[in-house]
Amino acid sequence: MKICVLVKEVPDAAVTKRIDPSTGRMDRSGEKNLNPYDTHAIEAAMQLKEGGEVQVDEIVAVSMGPVSAVRALHKAVSLGADRSVHLSDPALAGSDVAATGYALASAIKKESPDLVLLGQQSDDGECYTIGAVVAEHLGMPSLTQVVKMDVEGEGVKCERQAEYGYDTVQVTFPAVISVGDAINEPRYPSLKAIMGAKKKPLETLAAADAGIDASMVGADGSQVQCGEFKAPPQKAAGQIIEDEDTNDTVEKIVAWLDERKLI
Amino acid sequence: MADILVYALHYEGAFNKNSLGAITEATKLAGETGGKAHAVVVGEGISDELAATLGDYGATKVFKAEGPEGLAQPVIDTMASVMTENGIDYALFGGGLLGFEVGAGLAARLQAGVTMEVTGVLVEDGKLVAERPILGDSAISQSRYKTKGIIIGRLNAFEAKASGGSAEVVNVTVEPSAQAAQASIVSRGEQRGADVDIEGAGTLVAGGRGLGNAEGFDLLQDLAKAFGGSTAVAATRAVVDAGWYPYAGQIGQTGKTVAPKLYLAAGISGAIQHKVGMQSSENIVAINKDANAPIFEFSDLGIVGDLNKIVPKLTEAIAAKRGS
Repeated sequence: MKICVLVKEVPDAAVTKRIDPSTGRMDRSGEKNLNPYDTHAIEAAMQLKEGGEVQVDEIVAVSMGPVSAVRALHKAVSLGADRSVHLSDPALAGSDVAATGYALASAIKKESPDLVLLGQQSDDGECYTIGAVVAEHLGMPSLTQVVKMDVEGEGVKCERQAEYGYDTVQVTFPAVISVGDAINEPRYPSLKAIMGAKKKPLETLAAADAGIDASMVGADGSQVQCGEFKAPPQKAAGQIIEDEDTNDTVEKIVAWLDERKLI
Repeated sequence: MADILVYALHYEGAFNKNSLGAITEATKLAGETGGKAHAVVVGEGISDELAATLGDYGATKVFKAEGPEGLAQPVIDTMASVMTENGIDYALFGGGLLGFEVGAGLAARLQAGVTMEVTGVLVEDGKLVAERPILGDSAISQSRYKTKGIIIGRLNAFEAKASGGSAEVVNVTVEPSAQAAQASIVSRGEQRGADVDIEGAGTLVAGGRGLGNAEGFDLLQDLAKAFGGSTAVAATRAVVDAGWYPYAGQIGQTGKTVAPKLYLAAGISGAIQHKVGMQSSENIVAINKDANAPIFEFSDLGIVGDLNKIVPKLTEAIAAKRGS
């Protein structure tokens, strides 16, 4: 089987995220990294490949983003992907979730995968929805927040937590599955894998190469128009104690609780 | 005039509270435009009587389809068909996992715009405008839709209000999409771990991934014991998924919503999915070793430090205080 793993480059967790007032889009300058949630999807693909329940012929990392997104793909390859596909075109900039999902699905369609894996959310957009959009365009079933996968015959038995407890769902391939971060502990790449990542095949696709209808992507092709960013009502900042002397810290906590009659 | 279609999630003879809230909200919004709110129910053998009760929250019609529960695809098929046949341009979801899956798939099917984690919806020139907090809730962004809009609410964003009334039930049969046949429910709603009552607790001591392992909860059980009275131990999704604590004690998006007098969070970063389940707590105290953890942005007292050092001493001090 062939597995495509969707990955994304996101601002490093330590970078303060902000909206660029001139464009109304997220300011994506500054230090970037592979979305940490995506490493669980790559690990899940690797465990399927190594598990022996099913023969995995190829793991392909797919990303959409500017030139710099190549680094996220290198990271994905260092974690186990065999090659990568980079969908990159200025015409895609400013795409909303639905347009991004359509564009990604177009690039994935060329690969005809049996399974598409992705992380539960991106660290920056906080959307959780891209998998369902991609699945719909591919005509595949979609499941999110999957924390356990068992390949059985022509499909996979998935467990995930939903509104009323844990659900077990049997899905027949091809399918799109977004994995929860509890599904595995991603491995660290070896030095050799990091060094070798740049030598693995990387295909760069423009929008037209992926057969994307330009009227359905980019800021103009998106159905949602975002704007008018405003500040939410802020809760007054709380008191912060840096723990230096723990006895002293505990005394302060107890006093704070006692003052509010919480003990 | 804008009609709005709401998905009503059903489980064992009852509708989800967040779905009911979305119906109440949709009824208000549609009313402002001179339109109506309708609901969609997909399930196995749901009675017309039960479906009609959605009228109590404002639904004019309830479109009811037979299909498996707990899966997104049959709901997408049904909602897409109902919206197209009835000229409905907006759909509203009350949050939750299935809401995200259905809403996003529906947006792709109908080539509609979609906005998630919405905390407020306005009517402007007869159209809906959704407001969503972004960047860790530090800003609010407004979404406008070119044609159709799918709006997915944040958990607890919309309050359910019963106003008396009964809806007309319309039974619909929808041709399922090919992919709908590719997923089937094996079991639904399995409760993992012991039964823990966290909803009635006056004080909650909650733990997250920062506890390091399942044994970390022993520290919290001791602290809860020191507080005494109606104190219980709760957890985040990540650690419940990891098997460190029972599902019944989980707070947030797919868990419980709580508002105790005191919420003491240990080793919890404060992700949005957790925050939505506990932000109404009267007093929030957080212990985390990461000074940049989002939880410090909405806690009343934040302690930056190692919980393994602080919690045992805090337990002793509180036990001593209560003993004195």
